[in-house]
Amino acid sequence: MAVKLILRNKEYEVPAGITLRAALEKVGILPESVLAIRQGEMILEDEILKEGDVIKLVAVISGGSGRISALF
Amino acid sequence: MKCKKCGAKASINMRQHKLALCKEHYLAWAPEQTERFIKKYRMFQRDERILVAVSGGKDSLSLWDILYCLGYQADGLYIGLGIDEGIGYSAESQRLCQKFAEARGLHLHIVDVAQEYGQPIPALAQISHRGRGRPCAVCGLTKRHIMNRVARDLGYDVLATGHNLDDEVAVLFGNTLHWATSYLVRQGPVLHEGPGFVRKVKPLCRFYEREMAAYAILRGIEYIYDECPFAEGATSIYYKELLNKLENDKPGAKLTFYLRFLDAREAGFFAPTADSMPELHPCPNCGQPTSNEGLCSFCRLIEKAQLHA
Repeated sequence: MAVKLILRNKEYEVPAGITLRAALEKVGILPESVLAIRQGEMILEDEILKEGDVIKLVAVISGGSGRISALF
Repeated sequence: MKCKKCGAKASINMRQHKLALCKEHYLAWAPEQTERFIKKYRMFQRDERILVAVSGGKDSLSLWDILYCLGYQADGLYIGLGIDEGIGYSAESQRLCQKFAEARGLHLHIVDVAQEYGQPIPALAQISHRGRGRPCAVCGLTKRHIMNRVARDLGYDVLATGHNLDDEVAVLFGNTLHWATSYLVRQGPVLHEGPGFVRKVKPLCRFYEREMAAYAILRGIEYIYDECPFAEGATSIYYKELLNKLENDKPGAKLTFYLRFLDAREAGFFAPTADSMPELHPCPNCGQPTSNEGLCSFCRLIEKAQLHA
């Protein structure tokens, strides 16, 4: 059983025994753009993922005023 | 990785500060830093009344929560944009803002665009033909008008928005790419009050977007996770992604870009031009300042919409 990463409605499988950062890089997700939650707790990029882990990824980018010139 | 303050397991690592913190210490650190920025940029005083513009998203609700925790007099303003797109986007955003306010006994003002002006944002956008098929330009114009109007009408001293560092840096990046100096000169944590304009402040302007998402999650704030359905493909999001790639390789790049810009602005590097300081006069209909001859852009929009009704 591998490790499952879930971002929005997409699921990715990565091998156990690697760090979260390595797992994210493996599937092409920028670590800066997500937070990772395992069993309700936020985990950091140096966390070693274990067999059967299910990691929920929370995308952090929002915005889209479409108007670059001014925020106000 | 361990919390720098207590040695417990860390919940967040802020590489730009070389600082990892556990949940407890992060939830104390974020309000302390916000207070520091409020004072550093002279945003407002303890005795001033603050109106926080809330959208139901992580940033604005976290800001309201932090100001509440710090003991400021902060009420909320929710603007119902009437965006549905099959997912009830505005209805859900409003529900979350109301739930947040009720749980803390805070006062939330609600302005519904369709009720007040006859049409929701997507319809106003279609009528106006502004924004190349996207309602974002009309949405921004409408929100700026309503935020200023409500803050002034109800006697608030200051309007606070939840713009974070990633928002600021995306705007800065876009304006730098275009050398939009008239906008660069005005960008900053505080936009001072003027005739007809309430003071506007961004207390979260030095927090990374992921830090605010972390704050909301760790505080248990329920926020709208889905992006506005009209935001897909927005240039600002594209810039944020580009800047995050840079940040990934060079931790601190976004913060340095923003802080060095503020230093340069403070040093007078961007001199105001006639473009950045247009002559303003009150709109004959709503009284808000405008550089247009006659009606302001918002009143023109509403006039056009009424003709189509």
